Amino acid sequence: MPLSLLLLVLAVLSAFAYRFGTGRARAIAPGRQQATLHSRPTYHGFYVALWCGLPALLVAVAWVAMQPILVKGLVLAGLPDSYSALPEARLNLIWNDIRNLALGDVVRAAPAPEIQAAAETFRRLYTIGQAALAVLCLVLAPLGARYAYGRVSRDLRARNRVETVITVFLVASSLVAIFTTIGIVLSLLFESLRFFGKVPPLDFLFGLHWSPQTALRADQVGSSGSFGAVPLFTGTLLISLISMCVAVPVGLMSAIYMSEYAHRKFRAVAKPLLEILAGIPTVVYGFFAALTVAPFIRRLGESMGISVASESALAAGLVMGVMIIPFVSSISDDVINAVPQAMRDGAYALGATKSETIRNVIVPAALPGIVGGVLLAVSRAIGETMIVVMAAGLAANLSFNPLEAVTTVTVQIVTLLTGDQEFDSAKTLAAFALGLVLFCVTLGLNIFALHVVRKYREQYE
Amino acid sequence: METVTVRDAMQTTLDNRLAEGDATPMPAKIQARQTNVHYGDKHALKDVTLDVREGEVTSFIGPSGCGKSTFLRCLNRMNDTIDGCRVSGTVQLDGEDIYDPKIDVVQLRARVGMVFQKPNPFPKSIYDNVAYGPRIHGLAANKDELDEIVLTSLEKAGLLAEVKDRMESPGTGLSGGQQQRLCIARAIAVNPEVILMDEPCSALDPIATAKIEELIDELRENYTIVIVTHSMQQAARVSQRTAFFHLGELIEVGDTEQIFTNPKHKLTQGYITGRFG
Ligand SMILES: Nc1ncnc2c1ncn2[C@@H]1O[C@H](COP(=O)(O)OP(=O)(O)OP(=O)(O)O)[C@@H](O)[C@H]1O
Ligand SMILES: [Mg+2]
Repeated sequence: MPLSLLLLVLAVLSAFAYRFGTGRARAIAPGRQQATLHSRPTYHGFYVALWCGLPALLVAVAWVAMQPILVKGLVLAGLPDSYSALPEARLNLIWNDIRNLALGDVVRAAPAPEIQAAAETFRRLYTIGQAALAVLCLVLAPLGARYAYGRVSRDLRARNRVETVITVFLVASSLVAIFTTIGIVLSLLFESLRFFGKVPPLDFLFGLHWSPQTALRADQVGSSGSFGAVPLFTGTLLISLISMCVAVPVGLMSAIYMSEYAHRKFRAVAKPLLEILAGIPTVVYGFFAALTVAPFIRRLGESMGISVASESALAAGLVMGVMIIPFVSSISDDVINAVPQAMRDGAYALGATKSETIRNVIVPAALPGIVGGVLLAVSRAIGETMIVVMAAGLAANLSFNPLEAVTTVTVQIVTLLTGDQEFDSAKTLAAFALGLVLFCVTLGLNIFALHVVRKYREQYE
Repeated sequence: METVTVRDAMQTTLDNRLAEGDATPMPAKIQARQTNVHYGDKHALKDVTLDVREGEVTSFIGPSGCGKSTFLRCLNRMNDTIDGCRVSGTVQLDGEDIYDPKIDVVQLRARVGMVFQKPNPFPKSIYDNVAYGPRIHGLAANKDELDEIVLTSLEKAGLLAEVKDRMESPGTGLSGGQQQRLCIARAIAVNPEVILMDEPCSALDPIATAKIEELIDELRENYTIVIVTHSMQQAARVSQRTAFFHLGELIEVGDTEQIFTNPKHKLTQGYITGRFG
């Protein structure tokens, strides 16, 4: 029985168990007497269902984790003696062949007879394993349900048990997120260390020239392979700066308009509309930037006698700015609304005008929250890739001129890793180092933003 | 600066009159005639006609929801900030209709200040809280004058001794009673002619309340004060005149002593003797 079917059967069994559990609880304390149960009947139902599904599920998970190891051991042990002397790497290759043969994938032509025999064993063991698992689970599930069913009584603390299990699930889910993060960071860290083994960290962090073409063969030409990341970071900085110059004023002012001046009905329509900006896929922004904004800027430049590259930091920055307006405006709008009405009344009662009240009382009171929103927008801008690829180009120019083509960290990571690559060349490993630095920057920004936002929360209490 | 001189002149005439023992009643600072307030469909205030006399403390009493705050907010047009609130009838300040379109609300509110039920200092330093009003109205020509205004306002509000070493710390860090006195100082700093107070002591303990009542008594010399209160004792202690509201109507208004010892209306009597409300 395939695993997916098994899981489905378990789910159905658990659903039945739930029905039985609640039914049993209701039978014990019918009608008005329900109040005499320690836990409500639904909790008894969940209790029985959990006993039915959970042990079987755990066994299945353990089995799926263990089976390949066991099977591998058995199959390899069954090979002729001549194989057991082979080195680990060779053995792994052979194991791959066996697996592919057994599971019907493409294999090299004409495998040796002993390999074919091994594949046969593999297939047999595999089938036996699956069958055994199915039998085991289908026995365990009713057993567990039966046990729990027998325990249903007035005094059974089903609610507490169920809630404990739920807590465990919640903890486990958050652990998954945490461990994933840790895993990603560690992998970044190790690959970066390998990279720094090939390229000195100082050259990477402070080098002014970025040209990551390394020689595959010794006689190749035109592959200087210099990894100075400064042009990438200045490019990122430049584009983020331009985009913030667009997003912060526009976002903040629209937030002030919406929360202080606009009619309630207008706000109800305008706010969601503005938030849609954040939902447009960045590729769409990208071609908008590349096909509309960049040519427009170039023509504008030409008419004023300024030469503008067809791909420019300005185009990418402007469009990215539009994209992150909602980050600024939405958060600002929320924090401005959270400023208590009493603050406004206080200012109005002193004879302050509306704009004085906004400038002197409301915005300062909301400022930490606004700063938090802006920082979130900054980290979004730094991480943005698509728009830059399409509108700002790939040339790693060290320039602060917004009319020239620049490139950013994220874009370079993409270009380093797409296409056919040797996986342990300095070129690919450089992507990890860039990723690590970028991660540190955005992490720092996020921590700072969270800190600022938290401080804001304490303000009125 | 002009308002100051005008007010001072008025004060002098008032003082003179007091000194001469003039027996004529004080002039009405605020005259409300047939004032009605609607919140959407709700008729919250019905045909209120009332004079607030200059240099006196007038208290508004009445059961919850009877329209005391609503009427108080009419007097400096704070109702303008509420959606769906309509005011009709006339309210005159020194004979000028404050709902006249020619009147600038901002100037009106500078003349008629307000202190709220819950202390609402700005999240700024103590100094900036008090200096805010003078700054926006340009009452101080330089830093020294501003300092002077801030210090005298805090002094008048009876808070100076407690905060003079911590002028730069945030106003929100003060105790509730101190915050309320800070709000009073903030209101005084723009040199209003009238101060409206909406239950200024309801969030305070008896000691802080006593301080504020003392303060109101002192402020009476220079300002016209209107106070909403739920405490009959407070009304009796601090005010010269009392107005009793019930279900949006002004039932009775008179000298505080008369209202509390010899109310003319049965409802008033019932309320002050604690039979309802
Ligand atoms: N913003 C508003 N929108 C709609 N109705 C309101 C609003 N403010 C007050 N009201 C209504 O107007 C009436 C008078 O309210 P008001 O606040 O003036 O009462 P109050 O006498 O100050 O009461 P309290 O002593 O509880 O403060 C009440 O019935 C109230 O429900
Ligand atoms: Mg009130």
